[in-house]
Amino acid sequence: MSIKTANRTTLQRLTEAQPFLVDCLPAAQAMGLTGRTVLHAGPPLLWERACAAMQAAICCAVRYEGWAPDDTAARALVLTGEVRIGPCHHRAAVGPMTGIITPSMPVFVVENRAHGNRAHVTINEGLGKVLRFGANDASVVERLAWLADEAGPILGAAIRATGGIDLRALMAQAVRMGDDMHQRNVAASSLLARSLMGPLVRSGADASARARVADFMAANDQFFLNIAMAAGKAATDPCLSVADSTLVVTMARNGTDFGIRVAGLGDRWFTAPVEMPKGLYFPGFGPEDANPDMGDSAIVETIGLGAFAMAASPSVVRFVGAGGVQEAIAATEEMAEICLGEHPHFKIATMDERGTPVGIDIRKVVETGITPLINTGIAGKIPGTGQIGAGIARAPLACFEQALEAFGAR
Amino acid sequence: MSPETIRSLVKPSAYQDSVTLLLLARQLRSGPGVVEAAALMATPSNRDLLEQSGLLTAEAAKAGSNDLVIAVRAESAAAAAVALAESEAFLGAKRKRLEDSGRALPRTLESARRHLPGANLALISVPGAFAALEAKKALRLGLHVMLFSDNVGLEDEVALKGLAVQKGLLMMGPDCGTAILNGVPLGFANAVPRGRIGLVSASGTGLQQVTALLASQGEGVSQAIGVGGRDLSEAVGGLMTFQALDALAADPTTEIIVMIGKPPAPAVRARVEARLRAAGKPCVLALLGQGVKEGRDATVHAVATLEDAAWAALAMLEGRPYIPQPFSIPAMELRECVEEFCRALRREDGAVRALYAGGTLAHEAVLILEPLLGPIATNLRPGSGGRHRVTDLGADEYTVGRAHPMLDATVRVEEIRKAAQDPDVAVILLDVVLGHGAAPDPAGDVAAAIEAARATAKMAGRGLAVVASVIGTAGDPQDLAAQCARLEAAGVWVLPSNAQAVRAAACIAGGEPVLARLLEGRP
Amino acid sequence: MSPLAAFFRQELRVINLGLEQFAGELDRLGVPVVHVAWSPPAGGDLKKAALLASLTDEDEDDR
Repeated sequence: MSIKTANRTTLQRLTEAQPFLVDCLPAAQAMGLTGRTVLHAGPPLLWERACAAMQAAICCAVRYEGWAPDDTAARALVLTGEVRIGPCHHRAAVGPMTGIITPSMPVFVVENRAHGNRAHVTINEGLGKVLRFGANDASVVERLAWLADEAGPILGAAIRATGGIDLRALMAQAVRMGDDMHQRNVAASSLLARSLMGPLVRSGADASARARVADFMAANDQFFLNIAMAAGKAATDPCLSVADSTLVVTMARNGTDFGIRVAGLGDRWFTAPVEMPKGLYFPGFGPEDANPDMGDSAIVETIGLGAFAMAASPSVVRFVGAGGVQEAIAATEEMAEICLGEHPHFKIATMDERGTPVGIDIRKVVETGITPLINTGIAGKIPGTGQIGAGIARAPLACFEQALEAFGAR
Repeated sequence: MSPETIRSLVKPSAYQDSVTLLLLARQLRSGPGVVEAAALMATPSNRDLLEQSGLLTAEAAKAGSNDLVIAVRAESAAAAAVALAESEAFLGAKRKRLEDSGRALPRTLESARRHLPGANLALISVPGAFAALEAKKALRLGLHVMLFSDNVGLEDEVALKGLAVQKGLLMMGPDCGTAILNGVPLGFANAVPRGRIGLVSASGTGLQQVTALLASQGEGVSQAIGVGGRDLSEAVGGLMTFQALDALAADPTTEIIVMIGKPPAPAVRARVEARLRAAGKPCVLALLGQGVKEGRDATVHAVATLEDAAWAALAMLEGRPYIPQPFSIPAMELRECVEEFCRALRREDGAVRALYAGGTLAHEAVLILEPLLGPIATNLRPGSGGRHRVTDLGADEYTVGRAHPMLDATVRVEEIRKAAQDPDVAVILLDVVLGHGAAPDPAGDVAAAIEAARATAKMAGRGLAVVASVIGTAGDPQDLAAQCARLEAAGVWVLPSNAQAVRAAACIAGGEPVLARLLEGRP
Repeated sequence: MSPLAAFFRQELRVINLGLEQFAGELDRLGVPVVHVAWSPPAGGDLKKAALLASLTDEDEDDR
């Protein structure tokens, strides 16, 4: 197949995906995740190279599952291989920041009704001292237990009652309301809450349990982020098997390495050291406190949202320190230089209803030297600090150069 | 004298094209207190250039090939600062002009196609190393290509033209400076009406001379296709020439075909003749340096000069024979002019110093002068020697760190000054080329130097004649009549074509014997 | 129709890579032109640039 035809196929698969939120179930059940497995964000990771926040999160998850009584024992299990670690991406899943998934954690199930494949992601825990940021004390484990025992089943029932929530339509509307689906998800989270309100109220669960779940959702502006990521995963996975396509289907970081995968190169990872994000910091924090870039959330940029929709979300731009609407438009134009096309469903009102740039092409990245922008939260490097700022990171050029060489040699 | 200050400004990853940078440098050099200035991409050879000019600051030495360096040497720190601020303003204004459309410029050929759907031609003038790659991409994308860039390898040229022919596309070049396609002047080209004459040319200024003469008679061009200087070599085998000839043969609006170039490789020559005959239309063949056989050939008319090509084509259109004349000026008037100049020289004979912007025009000058005056020293032929000199100022040795003479008269002005100081020089010969792409006031750029040169000679008690042709049309952006008038006011004898200007210069330098020979039809 | 015959009847629409003055001239003439803010591909790495050129889309795929 010619590269052009292959790219046409993958771009269409990506943009015409129909992700629906259909359930919330334990990972063991939804994903067939069995045994002592801890999934993490980003490309494959060697324990020795993992950053402190990631190691802390993995240990905490091991304790949460009851496989070890403390972190020392947990670490030992990982080192001997009795607990296996691996990328979420290899198991049809994604995770923000540390991105930890273990068998008893509840995961949202997103089904791509255009292709039949599914993707999974945990419930966003909220802000502050959470597993996502590498916090690993008792409060984290307690919250994880609540999510598994109470929130997961209630949400699952509510979602099932809807018959499936059309995520593409929801995200298109959220973009019009100023969300970028990476740093800003408040509109999408509100729209989701609205969809679930009726089923939640009408569900048979105990009233105070329903109230806890409702309050939990309402308190978290970023609740939808995880679901947006799973929608991205569901849209991109079908592109992986298309030979000769130069479309980027995965961008992910594990706190040490940044990895990409390309449609025409199968499940090969091309990695390079992750870069430090640049942005604005919350009071009391500065660049010296920042953790290297981490998480599978760059999947959102891979489907034409996040930084690629910055022009639709000017408030994000100001928050990350860039000038304003003009700068946001310029950033979007810059991304258009490296993309195969415009999204038919996610439209930017400030750019005459042009679709967001979508379909990163490794050829164009290497040719222009323009690397994909990623809107990202900045985590504190000390495990459990939480988010300390927000900013912009770039995917390292080296990943795309390696991928291009591999593509040329295929 | 206060100590000089050297300051630089480095802009990382900020590519600018070579002409923009040379124009910026020229502007900075003219600033108050500025001794020397340069604006360059910091490639290794450019860093050497900076060093040679005493402009290599520590900052500039660390810059890389994709970084822009602006360096000034000034009489004071204040003057240097002003110059650097001026360069920021220059680049900022340029950026603003480029972005005024409200949309950022595309960064690649592919994204340009999204900005301009239906694009059908890529005009490529990027540095040689990358020019071939961009041309290849353009052809793959189905675009016709005009490859202005030189320094493209022969193998690349053969591959590109092979690909173009396979896809039925034009690949004009490399080193193609002039074309007129679908009525649009491309590169350095003159405003010429649409008409019935189709041209295929290996030479840019050659094409300019012929088309300008046609336009002066109200006739025009259907298509003027450049093929690059090496197309008729054995390696390339005339690939683009034949593609162009076939296209003109098939084009209903083309009645006459004119081919301009140098004599082809022997292996290619026969195929050229055959292809011209197969065209089924009258053809004029102007391969400068070929022998022109006597005898009438109704289909393929070989001519010796560019001017002859234009007039022969016109004659064919009108169905009448063309007999070349050395001058279009009446013999009496010509004789008077020559005698006046010779008297003013106050010597029997003298040397010609020809300073050309157009390489082909320089080549034509050599071909005409040699039989008339004897050996010619010219940088067109390494190792040549002689009393008379013809210099192509567009050649590599004159354009290192300098814009081409079609854009910047600095080098030519300096050469005029030097020629005026040589007591053996009797006549300076110039081409003044107008048209799109050329400088806004080519005549004005050399007029002062010419006046100064004549004054220098006069003070030394000897005469100095200056002869020129102006290659241009009434429709060109520079005012043709005003350009001629400016030259004449400076004492230049302006003739209607390069060939006539060369012959006029020969008459002045060689005196009566040369004039007689020409008028008697013994060229 | 010879391949170039169709082109000879089209309006010229130009993509300009390199000297900005050429784009300016064409724009003044009213010829549709877009100037590319070009810089050496692959950061000037000729080998990568050559690989990119050989991986460029072919227009034949449209036919």
